[in-house]
Amino acid sequence: MLTKRIIACLDVNAGRVVKGVQFQQLRDAGDPAELALAHSEAGADEVVLLDISATHEGRATLVETVRRTARELFIPFTVGGGIRSLEDATAVFEAGADKISINSAALADPALITRIAKRYGSQAVIVAIDAKCIKGDARFEAYVSGGRKPTGRDAIAWAREAEDRGAGEILLTSMDRDGTGTGFDCELTSACSDAVRIPVIASGGGGDTQSFVEVFRDGRADAALAASIFHFGLRQLGNLKQELQSAGIAVRWPC
Amino acid sequence: MIAVVDYGAGNLTSVMKALAHLQAEAAITRDPNVVGSADKIILPGVGHFSATSILEREGLKSAILRGVERGVPFLGICVGMQWLFESSTEAPGTDGLGLLAGACAKFPDAVKSPHVGWNSLVCHDGSRLLRGISSGAFVYFTHSYSAPVVPATVARCEYGGEFSAAVERDNLFGVQFHPEKSGATGLRLLENFCDLS
Repeated sequence: MLTKRIIACLDVNAGRVVKGVQFQQLRDAGDPAELALAHSEAGADEVVLLDISATHEGRATLVETVRRTARELFIPFTVGGGIRSLEDATAVFEAGADKISINSAALADPALITRIAKRYGSQAVIVAIDAKCIKGDARFEAYVSGGRKPTGRDAIAWAREAEDRGAGEILLTSMDRDGTGTGFDCELTSACSDAVRIPVIASGGGGDTQSFVEVFRDGRADAALAASIFHFGLRQLGNLKQELQSAGIAVRWPC
Repeated sequence: MIAVVDYGAGNLTSVMKALAHLQAEAAITRDPNVVGSADKIILPGVGHFSATSILEREGLKSAILRGVERGVPFLGICVGMQWLFESSTEAPGTDGLGLLAGACAKFPDAVKSPHVGWNSLVCHDGSRLLRGISSGAFVYFTHSYSAPVVPATVARCEYGGEFSAAVERDNLFGVQFHPEKSGATGLRLLENFCDLS
């Protein structure tokens, strides 16, 4: 049976993982390569490295960070943040990424999705959508630039267009829930999951086990992403999967 | 030396990384002479079945066939496995190698497509490729087309029906999933392939 995926997200600034908690078993809690491997061993089904470097100098380290992180990682590895062109994507793929995630650049130039998909296959292209509920309305609007700029685009319609243009998966973040730990937005997730045939990764709001059960069952998500080092330690990742299994959600456990 | 055949489809870095981890001697190549003289051949592949037409154009198809006839172990991954069959409805004009009977086809509309993620295997006994890997083991898939279950099938998987997850006949091997992305299970499979003589 196809299992629901738990994806660990590492936010990286200038080559260092940020938002991290200290893990006693790690020599260096800020090293992306070491943390990615530790998450893989703890039971993460995939790892996403999101570059949030604000400066040009910070970004310049990305390819080297990807190369080091990918070297000993034998589960799917996605890289996002600051990929604006086919050339940017190529550099990251050649460094060892299996998939790239694009957000603002795809909205600015939707043909970019097709260009990368043609070269590397749709399975390698994730379109990330930051969505916010429109007040007094049951619709969701897509935002760009790290959630700072509204686009006027309906998030679900944009997901459908991204699929048509060659996206292989949608990474859907609820801006209303992000960082709250109060549970994923199941309404947003199920609306997207029903609108597209490609897998939908839910993000934003992950907290206790019940929130994951709900997003898989009610949100019909195919995967759920959490900034896991922020939300739970490594031991808890295994506990989460065991509890999901007990709740009747098919997960890869034991790995 | 293992020849990892480059035919412009996708990204070969992951396969090379896994082989390096196993300390196997491998090289990416698109030279038919190198492929023809290799000890083992791996045909990775993500993307479209039509990309395999490049293999014929560049003389790689005949080099691979020569190797297979000499008894060289061959492993096709993903589209590389589908290519062992006669054809795929993904690219009706493109012939496969035809060493296995049957055609690859799209998943039924009842399930989401592509099939992406970790799914479990039902393994048959006696496979050399799957030595040490049992039914229930999880591996990572990403594909929209799949190959039918045939006499050479050594592992099946269920998604909108049963399909071939792994095939094996003499020195011919193929996997629909990505062993280079399937954690310890995938590394074990690649190690089994590297250990074949």
